[in-house]
Amino acid sequence: MHAMLDVSTLHYLVLGAALFLLGVIGVLTRRNVVIVLMSIELILNAVNLNLVAFSRYWQGIQGPGALHGQVFSIFVITDAAAEAAVGLGILIAFFRNKETVNVDEVNLLKW
Amino acid sequence: MNPAAVPANPPVATAFFFYLLAAVMIIGGILVITRKNAVHSAMALITTLLAQAALYLMLYAPFVAGVQIILYAGGIMVLFLFVIMLISIERTQRERQFNKQWLVGIAAAAALGGLFIAVYTTTTSGRTLFPEGRLTYPEGDNTQRVAALLFDRATGTYMFAFEIASLLLLVAIIGAVVMAKKRI
Repeated sequence: MHAMLDVSTLHYLVLGAALFLLGVIGVLTRRNVVIVLMSIELILNAVNLNLVAFSRYWQGIQGPGALHGQVFSIFVITDAAAEAAVGLGILIAFFRNKETVNVDEVNLLKW
Repeated sequence: MNPAAVPANPPVATAFFFYLLAAVMIIGGILVITRKNAVHSAMALITTLLAQAALYLMLYAPFVAGVQIILYAGGIMVLFLFVIMLISIERTQRERQFNKQWLVGIAAAAALGGLFIAVYTTTTSGRTLFPEGRLTYPEGDNTQRVAALLFDRATGTYMFAFEIASLLLLVAIIGAVVMAKKRI
């Protein structure tokens, strides 16, 4: 029914893993807080891609109503919106106080 | 498997479009984490998000694709760009871009990648853990089905979670307003 070249769930999972790793590298190595937040968005999107791919996988087993992965990805997008709003609000407050956006200069709570 | 559920016109050239969009996404992701200018990073991230929306369409998820474009590329990224305009980017461009523990960070990411490879190449009796699942359905009623899971009284498995999500957004609004006040 399908050719060998058809795109399977594993293809999407590998792409999601690659994006996830790019996001992890960005979070761990960059100094600019804005780019760290964007890397977090990359991670969330990798998770979303996995969820929607699994949703298709599950639809193939359970029928067209098994859209739990897609519903979860909508919740993840909601969380991402909330996180971006609060995180960028914190960033503005921090920039107003310290005149910097570098993560390694954020040491107010360091003992 | 119900043969009537298979679409009459099967999609064409899925492999080509998958690899094209995957390449766009990977290159966009690399640009996000390597650019000096935060605006360039944001533009690369928008490209990645739009390519991902196209992948959602290939996965028979048009509603999620629309939400991705409207909310992510249209909403969240505009918020990011606003904040980049508010903070001064000239000074940060002249500074060091990567922190001191970048080597440890890349090593940790490489270990995580090894874990991914180990999981995805694991085979049980000759098959990987996620083998097939290619039967696809017409996406015409996808939005109704998602809504039935979210809102419907009888079939809405996620109705309570949906209400909690609205509460989360309310808390986030209050938090953002408080954080942006003049004196905190």
